[in-house]
Amino acid sequence: MNAMNNGTAPLVRVKNLKKHFPIHKGVIFQRAVGAVKAVDGITFDIAAGETLGLVGESGCGKSTVGRTLLGLYPVTEGDIEIAGLDVVKATGDEWLTLRRKAQMIFQDPFASLNPRWTVNAIVAEPLRVHKLLPNEKARDERVVELLELVGLNGRYRNRFPHEFSGGQRQRIGIARALASDPAFIVCDEPISALDVSIQAQVVNLLEDLQERLGLTYLFIAHDLSMVRHICNRVAVMYLGVMMELAEKNELYENPLHPYTQALLSAVPIPDPKAARQRQRIILTGDVPSPIDPPSGCRFHTRCPIAAPQCSELVPEWREAQPGHWVACHLVE
Amino acid sequence: MNDSTVPLLEVNDLKVQFHTPEGTVHAVNGISYTIHQGEVVAVVGESGCGKSVSMMSILGLIPVPPGEIVNGRAAWQGQNLLTMAEDNLEQVRGGEIGMIFQDPMTSLNPVLTIERQLTEALRKHYNLNLEQARSRGVELMDLVGIPDAERRLRQYPHQFSGGMRQRVMIAMMLACNPSLLIADEPTTALDVTIQAQIVDLVVRMREKLGMAMIWITHDLGVVAGMADRVIVMYAGYIIEEAEVDDLYERPLHPYTIALLGALPRVDRRRADRLSSIPGAPPNLLVKPHGCPFAPRCPFVIERCRADMPPLLELAPQHKAACWVNVNTGEPR
Repeated sequence: MNAMNNGTAPLVRVKNLKKHFPIHKGVIFQRAVGAVKAVDGITFDIAAGETLGLVGESGCGKSTVGRTLLGLYPVTEGDIEIAGLDVVKATGDEWLTLRRKAQMIFQDPFASLNPRWTVNAIVAEPLRVHKLLPNEKARDERVVELLELVGLNGRYRNRFPHEFSGGQRQRIGIARALASDPAFIVCDEPISALDVSIQAQVVNLLEDLQERLGLTYLFIAHDLSMVRHICNRVAVMYLGVMMELAEKNELYENPLHPYTQALLSAVPIPDPKAARQRQRIILTGDVPSPIDPPSGCRFHTRCPIAAPQCSELVPEWREAQPGHWVACHLVE
Repeated sequence: MNDSTVPLLEVNDLKVQFHTPEGTVHAVNGISYTIHQGEVVAVVGESGCGKSVSMMSILGLIPVPPGEIVNGRAAWQGQNLLTMAEDNLEQVRGGEIGMIFQDPMTSLNPVLTIERQLTEALRKHYNLNLEQARSRGVELMDLVGIPDAERRLRQYPHQFSGGMRQRVMIAMMLACNPSLLIADEPTTALDVTIQAQIVDLVVRMREKLGMAMIWITHDLGVVAGMADRVIVMYAGYIIEEAEVDDLYERPLHPYTIALLGALPRVDRRRADRLSSIPGAPPNLLVKPHGCPFAPRCPFVIERCRADMPPLLELAPQHKAACWVNVNTGEPR
């Protein structure tokens, strides 16, 4: 089962992943009248110990990718493999192993913790579900250990979520994700709901944990500055498809896709002189609907350099430079 | 740039509290600032720092009770907004002082057409008839870049995207040619490419119409390129105020320094870990005592815990409220 974990092989492999949500009409006799193509054929790998950033605007499908990877949504088409296990075909015991090995940290630390449960019950849940420890005493000790690992005092374990601040709650969510000793964690916008002064605390914690426990992260975010800071490689999505993927400094310093270029130029820089000097590419219009995405390249309706072929042919996902993948007709 | 003209808005020692079942929330603890004609001032701070309350309270936009303006004066062209009769205040608000808010969905009425909402102000402030108001509405929609204005006027808010709704809000605000615009996190709910469109639009409108602007935000990045002056708030106090270049290059308050250090940069390679600020913002239910940042401050000295430092001009056009000289680490 662990034959894949030999250091060089990727921990996570995704091939031509599609996730469509059907749109129903009618009350009793529901029929599908279309589909939201939230994720429409994407391919990528994540190496063990790596942090892959997944960025894009709201509605681009980045959170759907994270949830589908963990089996929270059934796959429409394509293959997912995590630590050698097939997520699409997993059954019984394999499922349990996957659930243990792949965990998630959610965006909203207020909605993702049950307000009626104590911190102890929340963090111990994975231990109970997976029967990881023989008795309650051992579980309690493990909970204290986990809370201290994420920088919380173990004495607080009998309190309820509402007694904690947003940053502390996010730490509780992280402790819960770590309880089952996972190898892979999907971080779905883990800092977007937090204040600036707290964001850095949580990001530093995630980095420390990765180093100590050898974790692999899929870091889903819309804050491109933070993604550059924390990730090794970065993937850019637009309307359910991948636009570009590269090592982070390569992507930020040499973006090939016009969408990536526009996205990066729109990120605010906290430096008045740099901010005044930079050239911004201001895109016109909004992101089109994923129910009926544009033909050809999905970005052609907003692309500042679109050519006639862009509205007809879907650009191929190809390696333009070693390790630098892009889907655009106009990139050499 | 600070010439001797009479300031447009002069706020003195404003104190706002909220009386809640849990106790008194000390939201704004005696702040003073001035806004000059045509100037762009950014008010920056984390959630709960009082940045919105301090602006909304001078326009009579906080619920009383539980809110209470305990003290202060807000001189608008010689008149005190805080003691003005509601009828007169209504003329100023939405007339001479325009506002745009964070969430363009909740600030528009979902059951009224855009036309009805956009022209309400026109008809109220200028006594236009339906025909005149409609043609002015079309003009305004064109001005803020909403295509197909005549048809769009007859639609409802849900038929507009987030960015388009914010454009409608801007059109409503422009309807009465305000001399001051208060923008309360107008781009926080929007994606970066849409944020860039809206910032660009507001900056162009402001230049064209020459109004002054207060831009309230938690994001030191967004305002770096457009503000003339920045006010930093923490726990209901103004802790620093300076011209934009000065503030980002030579911050004098430990909180501002820490905030800037906690922000990664999209245009730079990663240098090190983020410098995080320990702890969390103070509980505003506790009556302020000493400097509110003292428990988290790396420069803290004994005096900080006892007395709140006054906001003093420590360098030309640069005020800060701190007992310590951050460049030497010595007490002032």
